[in-house]
Amino acid sequence: MMDYATLLQVLDTTLRLATPLLLACLAGLYSERAGIFDIGLEGKMLAAAMAAGAAAALTGSAWAGLLAGIGASLVFAALHGVASITFRGNQLISGVALNFLSSGITVLVAQALFRQGGRTPPLTGNARFNPITLPGAEALRDIPVIGPLYYEVISGHSILVYMAFSIVPLTWWVLFRTRFGLRLRAVGENPAAVDTAGVSVVALRFAAVGITGILCGLAGAYMATALQAGFGREMTAGRGYIALAALIFAKWRPVAAMWACLLFGFFQALALRPDVVQAVVQVKVPVPFLDALPYILTVLVLAGFVGKAIPPRAGGEPYVKER
Amino acid sequence: MDRLPRWADVVLVPLISLLFAAIISALVLLAIGQSPVEAFKVMATGAVGSAYGWGYTLYYATSFIFTGLAVTVAFHAGLFNIGGEGQAQLGGLGVALVCLSLPWPHWTLALLAATAGAALFGAAWAAIPAYLQAKRGSHIVITTIMFNYIAAALLVYLLVDVLRPAGQMDPASARFPVGAKLPALNDIPGFDLIFTKPVPANVTLFVALGMAVVVWAILWRTRLGYQMRAFGKSEAAAKYAGINPVRITIIAMLLSGALAGMMSINNVMGEAERLLQNSSEGAGFIGIAVALMGRNHPIGVVLAALLFGFLYQGGAELGLWTSIPIEMRIVVQGLVILFTGALDVMVRMILQRIFGLFRSFKAAGVA
Amino acid sequence: MDALAKNMGRRATAAPFSIELKGISKAFGPVQANKDINFAVPKGTIHGIIGENGAGKSTLMSILYGFYKADSGQIFVNGQLTTIPDSQSAIRAGIGMVFQHFKLVQNFTVLENIILGAEDGALLNTSLSKARRVLRELAQEYELDVDPDALVEDLSVGHQQRVEILKALYRQADILILDEPTGVLTPDEADHLFRILKGLKDQGKTVILITHKLREIMEATDNVSVMRRGTMVATVKTAETSPEALAELMVGRKVLLEVDKGTPNPGKVVLSVENLRVRDEHGVERLKGISLEIRAGEILGIAGVAGNGQSELLAALGGMMWATGRVTLNGAELPLSGAGSDGQSRRAAGIAHVPEDRHHHGLILDFSAWENMAFGYHNAPQYQKNALFMDNDALIADTEHKMAEYDVRPPIPSLAAKSFSGGNQQKIVVAREMERNPDLLLIGQPTRGVDIGAIEFIHKQIIALRDAGKAILLVSVELDEIMSLSDRIAVMFDGQIMGLRDPATTNERELGLLMAGVAGSSSGAAA
Repeated sequence: MMDYATLLQVLDTTLRLATPLLLACLAGLYSERAGIFDIGLEGKMLAAAMAAGAAAALTGSAWAGLLAGIGASLVFAALHGVASITFRGNQLISGVALNFLSSGITVLVAQALFRQGGRTPPLTGNARFNPITLPGAEALRDIPVIGPLYYEVISGHSILVYMAFSIVPLTWWVLFRTRFGLRLRAVGENPAAVDTAGVSVVALRFAAVGITGILCGLAGAYMATALQAGFGREMTAGRGYIALAALIFAKWRPVAAMWACLLFGFFQALALRPDVVQAVVQVKVPVPFLDALPYILTVLVLAGFVGKAIPPRAGGEPYVKER
Repeated sequence: MDRLPRWADVVLVPLISLLFAAIISALVLLAIGQSPVEAFKVMATGAVGSAYGWGYTLYYATSFIFTGLAVTVAFHAGLFNIGGEGQAQLGGLGVALVCLSLPWPHWTLALLAATAGAALFGAAWAAIPAYLQAKRGSHIVITTIMFNYIAAALLVYLLVDVLRPAGQMDPASARFPVGAKLPALNDIPGFDLIFTKPVPANVTLFVALGMAVVVWAILWRTRLGYQMRAFGKSEAAAKYAGINPVRITIIAMLLSGALAGMMSINNVMGEAERLLQNSSEGAGFIGIAVALMGRNHPIGVVLAALLFGFLYQGGAELGLWTSIPIEMRIVVQGLVILFTGALDVMVRMILQRIFGLFRSFKAAGVA
Repeated sequence: MDALAKNMGRRATAAPFSIELKGISKAFGPVQANKDINFAVPKGTIHGIIGENGAGKSTLMSILYGFYKADSGQIFVNGQLTTIPDSQSAIRAGIGMVFQHFKLVQNFTVLENIILGAEDGALLNTSLSKARRVLRELAQEYELDVDPDALVEDLSVGHQQRVEILKALYRQADILILDEPTGVLTPDEADHLFRILKGLKDQGKTVILITHKLREIMEATDNVSVMRRGTMVATVKTAETSPEALAELMVGRKVLLEVDKGTPNPGKVVLSVENLRVRDEHGVERLKGISLEIRAGEILGIAGVAGNGQSELLAALGGMMWATGRVTLNGAELPLSGAGSDGQSRRAAGIAHVPEDRHHHGLILDFSAWENMAFGYHNAPQYQKNALFMDNDALIADTEHKMAEYDVRPPIPSLAAKSFSGGNQQKIVVAREMERNPDLLLIGQPTRGVDIGAIEFIHKQIIALRDAGKAILLVSVELDEIMSLSDRIAVMFDGQIMGLRDPATTNERELGLLMAGVAGSSSGAAA
């Protein structure tokens, strides 16, 4: 069995590892809800991580890194928008292309700037987003059960973690309670309805892709300036795809997306502690199996064995006016 | 809008796309303070400036022909198989199991058996996404991506915990028996006059070229190919014609997976002679670029595979002789996919403008 | 008629016209969709626009709604010169449009659909409560009731159309354009729609009704404009014209739908259908127990408003949809689901099928003509070289032969199907299916989107096949076509056969009633 302290450690790690997944997943949610498939979350995160790591190293400010990360991610989002909205190209192929472009160009730029084998220099002090101790964490620490949970798991993360989790209710509110959200959902279901209502399909979709860019920027910046101390090549390691899997798993709903990301983050946390897993299930579980678990679960969801995932109806289809 | 003449569509569109990719690559090099001209010289010298360089270029091209054909076959049936990478890795597993199973007496027998093993394992790995797409409507792009990661995890597990010989540190299978060694081009009489030094390019090249012909014949000369192409163009019409969607989806993906798997006889059997982690090294993904660049035609695929072979060997040379990181080749790869795949419409629009201008000049000249 | 026509030509723009178009032209590449269109719609009237498929009606209305920009010409709205670059401008100018294919978000509620694009402010709750109030008022005023909280996907087609009209009214449209609004409606729903339109007119709104149905024009409109091949050929007062006169204007010559055909000589029963039932993917029963028989050497015509199960009948018999019941062809039972129920098995059994929709079913548009000539028959022995390969040369030669026989132009086998005109595309499909010499031909909408010359040719081919002793099941929404070609007529309504009639003894009125679901006394003459 797992003792309480170990459980808290694993949960703490879960939260940290779920954060980039959650940001990327919410990023994908905006884009896909607007009818633009985006398998380029990975590339945008990577570009943002590199830009954030580089800018933070050069300026010594994590916030400058964050802005740079968002900027880099927005450039890739804009490219995806031009290819898939303006020129009605294949959204899947565009995503694949941009992932490669990002994978290569991040190393090139990092190498050109720092000459450290495609890495950015290690970040310290204010160049990183440091843990925040939430109010009362110290005081409540000694209350049994809840105290340590609050102190160890909830408190003590960087500001970006709290931002990520507060974007969940915000996204729900935007989608279902605002004009923008109504139009965004409509454009992903039936762009012709939006067009004939006199609202620009192109502008809406670019706005959605832009939000995707910003959120991927946050995700990438978190990777380089909070989760780790600097950028390393391929540091996102498939997280963009796990986020995509979480999005499908959550059936494109914001709150469910949070739970999916927490679940997948939990698997990642377990993969770091095979000893804990073995102690709990009494069998040696290969680490690669834990690594593969999010993907296996997503395939099961896609296959309809665990509920049916119906994507937005106009997803992946470029909008062409009918005669 | 004016239509483009056929030759422009077939030849000019990919060439212009390539030109765009080259220009942007040059700009990237300039931006990181490197000389594009210098870089190109290094690439050309290293990749095609000597028989030795060609030996590498052809080696890479061999793998890319397989994966390019894999993507092409699926494309024609309206399926985007991003899973070539995972299928190639599983193909590698098939090759390893075959090669390690017997003390092969001669490489020809080993090649036949290993090819079958590679195709079988690659096809098997494509079969599950194919079944899920055909029977349960699960999007093949997403499932094949997931299967790439599952394949990677599976191979890590097998190489660390199962196939690794006792006492060996690195996660890899045992070395294959001598009888399973494929002749490299420098071992083949006639070719050894050109390739005097040992090169990785091997007899698999001829298997790849043979498969290009086979794929062409299947697609344009058989009922199966006819049905695949019809299904790929219009599922609704295929239903009207009585073409079984489940059967076609599964067969197309099995063929695609088999082709992707077969690349492993080139790298695993022909070069490494044991199964390593991440043996396919991204060749499965390059297949996407190769298929797009080659306009989904086997001849185009072979030419595009050569081009990417050049890019890969040239890129490696850049990493060796200059301060340009080897990742430059991934940048070019991404740009080629972007321009030939996603910005295809833009390239066409530009060409149509040019042709329109040309025509009006001509008309004015006549008048 | 003349007085009004003079009115239309008048230069003054202060006249009480809601819409006035002057010299509107629009070309798509080489196709001139609209040529120098001039017409005007007086305020507070219902104005019909009638014309055949491809006459340019929809293009003209798309220009009015800002979907297309006219190449030249001017638009006046309420006497004001107005440019309409996009839908937003059209809405601002007080123009509302109800498209043939509704522009609704299926998984939104009625209210959400109503406010989409016309929200008050950035938050939804005020818009939703306002829309709820306005909707209640509109419902009372115009007989437009519909549950505001229902999901659109749960509504009937007639109700969905009401949502579209409500959308326009919510945006305070003074001018409402409806594009072929009754094509998907039952006669009851259509009558209801016309009552709504009259109500709108009484409130001073202007209605433009685009249709190709003369009956609707005569019933509902005050004035009518006739379009033919991109030009506006006449505008007349409805009360001063007749269906015959309008039909002549539409077609440009006396309509001669009399097909030259001899008396039928029916032989043994070829197709026998008993209690055929089909459910669609949503589980809705589309065919509710169809029974019919077709004999050798006769044409059974299926009449009905589109969407009453005709498509499903063709699909089930053609092997495109699973069904239950009992179907025999020449006495042998055909499997209706599972193995042996697909299109290949049907073809092997001797059924040829000219589908209703040649673009989505009958042809692969990117394939060449010769590749299309084998479509569905790609397994036929004469197209195989050996066990492995197809005989493309034989196929090309065969295509050349069929193109000549059916006068397909241009007669180039390697040309892609999409490069042929509608009529020639249809001829390719008809040639492919009829030349198989089938025992039973299923043929749906044989002349939809086909030019007059090709219509006559295709009709003659159908008669010739009948005279060769084949059984033919003809489905068409064009009543004239059904009446002139069929030896017997079955009328379908709501997935059932309402009755069988003899074309010699029935008339459009009787058929129309059956199509509207009003059962008559079953006439023994036709059975």
